[in-house]
Amino acid sequence: MPMIGKPIDRTDGRLKVTGAARYAAEFRLPGVVHGVLVQSTIAAGSIAGFDLSEAEAMPGVLTIITPDNAGKLQHPEHVQQTVPGPLLQNKDILFNGQHIAVVIAGTLEQAEAAAAAVRVRYFNAEAATSMDALLSQAYPPKHFRNGARPPDSSRGDPDGTFNSGAVKLDLTYITPIEHHNAMEPHATLAAWNGDKLTVWTATQGISGAQATLAGQFGIDKSDVRIICPYLGGGFGSKGNTWPPATLAALAARTVKRPVKLVLSRAQMYTSNGYRPRTVQKIKLSSDIDGRLISVRHDGFSSMSQPALGEFSEPVALATEMLYACPDLAVTHRLVALNAPLPTYMRAPGEASGVFALESAMDEMAAALKMDPIKFRLQNYAETDPHENKPFASKALRACYEQGAQAFGWDKRSAEPRSMRDGNTLIGWGFATSTYPTNRQPAAVRVRMDRAGNVTVQSGTQDIGTGTYTVMTQVASDALGIPVQRIRFELGDSSLPPAPVSGGSQTVASVGPSVQAACAALIEKIKDMALSGGGWRGQSREALQIRDGLVVGADRRVPIGALVEKSGHPFIEVEVQTKPGEEKQRFSMHAFGAQFAEVRIDQDLGEIRVSRFVGAFDAGRVLNAKTASSQLIGGITYGIGMALLEETLVDGETGRVVNANVAEYLMPVNADIPDIQTIIVPNDDTTSNPLGAKGIGELPMVGVAAAIANAVYHATGVRVRKVPIRIEDILV
Amino acid sequence: MQAFTLTRPADTKSAIAAASRPDSAYIAGGTDLLQLTKDHVETPRQLVDLEPLALSRIHATGARLRLEPLARMSDVAAHPAVLRDWPVLSQALLASASPQIRNMGTMGGNLLQRTRCGYFRDTGFACNKRVPGSGCPAINGENRMHAILGVSDRCIATYPGDMAVALNVLDADIELTGQPGVRKVPIGDFHREPGDTPHIETVLQPGELITGIDIPSPARRSHYLKVRDRASFEFALVSAAVALDIEDGTIRAARVAAGGVGTKPWRLAQVEAALTGKSPDAATLKAAADQAAAGAKPAKSNGFKIVLLKRTVLRALQTVSA
Repeated sequence: MPMIGKPIDRTDGRLKVTGAARYAAEFRLPGVVHGVLVQSTIAAGSIAGFDLSEAEAMPGVLTIITPDNAGKLQHPEHVQQTVPGPLLQNKDILFNGQHIAVVIAGTLEQAEAAAAAVRVRYFNAEAATSMDALLSQAYPPKHFRNGARPPDSSRGDPDGTFNSGAVKLDLTYITPIEHHNAMEPHATLAAWNGDKLTVWTATQGISGAQATLAGQFGIDKSDVRIICPYLGGGFGSKGNTWPPATLAALAARTVKRPVKLVLSRAQMYTSNGYRPRTVQKIKLSSDIDGRLISVRHDGFSSMSQPALGEFSEPVALATEMLYACPDLAVTHRLVALNAPLPTYMRAPGEASGVFALESAMDEMAAALKMDPIKFRLQNYAETDPHENKPFASKALRACYEQGAQAFGWDKRSAEPRSMRDGNTLIGWGFATSTYPTNRQPAAVRVRMDRAGNVTVQSGTQDIGTGTYTVMTQVASDALGIPVQRIRFELGDSSLPPAPVSGGSQTVASVGPSVQAACAALIEKIKDMALSGGGWRGQSREALQIRDGLVVGADRRVPIGALVEKSGHPFIEVEVQTKPGEEKQRFSMHAFGAQFAEVRIDQDLGEIRVSRFVGAFDAGRVLNAKTASSQLIGGITYGIGMALLEETLVDGETGRVVNANVAEYLMPVNADIPDIQTIIVPNDDTTSNPLGAKGIGELPMVGVAAAIANAVYHATGVRVRKVPIRIEDILV
Repeated sequence: MQAFTLTRPADTKSAIAAASRPDSAYIAGGTDLLQLTKDHVETPRQLVDLEPLALSRIHATGARLRLEPLARMSDVAAHPAVLRDWPVLSQALLASASPQIRNMGTMGGNLLQRTRCGYFRDTGFACNKRVPGSGCPAINGENRMHAILGVSDRCIATYPGDMAVALNVLDADIELTGQPGVRKVPIGDFHREPGDTPHIETVLQPGELITGIDIPSPARRSHYLKVRDRASFEFALVSAAVALDIEDGTIRAARVAAGGVGTKPWRLAQVEAALTGKSPDAATLKAAADQAAAGAKPAKSNGFKIVLLKRTVLRALQTVSA
């Protein structure tokens, strides 16, 4: 019986629920002191000076690091996940809530109290805070997708053919700033031993953190060790190595003691990125039979000042490949504000972009008086229409069919406001989901000891998704030994390197390496069996490895005995796998179909999601339980995006007004209905040897559109922005 | 958080004496005060712990209800007499916060809960309520959640609570004990409109302690309706508390109040007047509810509350008179 796919419990579940799993802020070192950030209260200008006298005199304060005395840091070029600031290297103020000082004291309470007593004088400059006012000054990103492709692309002549359509739509959609709000705050414990730095930090990418800190402090990568065994959620906010990690290390170097620096919830609104606000202009033109003639998707996303780096929300990439339309153009533009640097947030690009595209597709279906699914099928892309390549696999049609059947879509009455229950309007909405299948090189070491127990190691991360568990399952099948005898180790940069846990790529990157390393270990065991294990001269093919045994035609020997005979405490292999030329030959994507039912009080406007079905082509599933949890979590995240989440920025000061989880609304249990998730079986071994497509981001894509479309169906009111609020539908 | 001393008084008198000193605050459940102190919005040097006073009883004697100040929100909400005779109070409490917070939050603390205005709760902003005279950025800022009734040109912060709205339709008296002695204040006079002094939110004098909440008579025909974006654990966009006394098909007395819309719990006298003496028919209820937003002054982003308030009051009236 293969272990892959089985809904086994998380191998780290007991540690987590008993509190034994140790997170970055929970590590302890003798002599540790505490750093607390001081942040600016203006958005633009510069620091005129500090008055530190009161703060420095407070109990326990060791020192206060400001741009006046901060040690110089280098900016490593071409290191992924590095951001250039703010790192106290100059006195410029580029956004409200910018780090301007670090107070270091003996206890957290002492540091917090002293941080509140730091007085700052500013030279004020005029802040750019309104994206809408600056839309005309939007500019193309310079490093779109880290330079992998240009920000604009087109096929055919979309502007020329637009007017030839029977139905033409020209629509603008808006998505707000959203914050990840991972449960675990960003936290770093930094300790120097001479010129060697050890950092316990909450990160989705230990390799990037290692390279960033080494570069910033001008030391060798091998002198930096990053440790992160557990992560309390990241959602993209812990992808970059944000300044607080660097500042903790800088503080530790300054006071020559270990320093712990944990962000407050409020500080997490200006310290570690956010999903930028987008304004998206979509033009669709269709013939009378529902065949798309022309598509334009022009995306604008809000940005920081360029000195802080660049992040562009890639809203229109899904638009390029999702539907077969001969004439199409997409563009991406940035609007620089006095704001922190935005970053990846769960399903970057697709979450915002597919909201706009799939809302527009629903509007077109309604204008054509065509069933929304039928309209999608009319434009179904059998091959990638933009790259002119076959899909590695695509089971979207099956997602539509199975999702529709589970939801009961055929019972939907087409007219808006046609379904009700007393005062309650009922709406059913649908949207397509898609997300790219990503993979990067990853290295894995597999080690077996004399007792026959296996340790599998990789410098990857478990960001709460179940890496520990599913990699154990992969190794179990590859080695033919039970999961109980396998231990997976990760989250330490001294382990073989693996990519950042972002872009839903961990399973597709690390999984094949686990398989390959286990296969290599088996070959090594056979080598030992054939050379000194008593099967000398026999054929390799005659040997089997199963249940921890080497099995030959005549007898069987425990693998551990071979290890013991070798004289070594263990045998091990290390293997790196990487993507091949499949990326050039195939278009690789996961797909899904999202179905939402909303119930809306027709007088009071309260919108509640009462039912949700998502059907997904996510490739091979490694663990039915963790996968289902991730799908439910993604849909929940999408419900938050549709109806609740929005960071409010004061227009006058550029300061976040709701920097807490009481006023930044995320769903609570009462907001989340029964969610049914369906996995459409589709092992995609064209994309990677494991056949997995990644499910971290896919389930939230399209959720906001499905809900917006359901709100339209319920009320007849089309809301072209999220979150959809009561006042948007009060009629 | 600024360091403070914690005083644990032996009795009410010594509590009041301790809290009469400058820079002092009472602490009961701590669910709001600790947020405010952690954010440096309040910086007391001394906290006077009310827990040792054990003033947590719920007295339901005949027609009257007396709530001691440390009675827990969860206990009051679940009390059989409250459920039977004062449903509006139980419903308002259960619509507040989360179960964990209701297990900690107290009657007195709930009455004194401070506004959720984001400008007030962040010392990085100006705020007339926090620093008198510093200005009110909410008036031209992010004010979707802010008040439309009782606003001034100094402050438009919403009174956030639910329970006090219910107490307004129960004609509760708040018993206050201070160094001069005991006095009773009608709930309607307890909270103050901001006017030119938005930092003064109640009639409490320094050191004065809430020692009881007295409700004079049952209100079995009463109801609390709260409208919000999130299904639970969120402050009201708009809420309505209604208590009607209907006899022989005529509304003898009507008490109606609103939350989420006022700078204090807002009694809707014009709605009450439009109901009293009338038959609770659909047209009467509608006409009365249409008076709910009389005097409203909306800001940029909260104008929708005018319509929503009328509809919320109407729905609550319909529910109670059905």
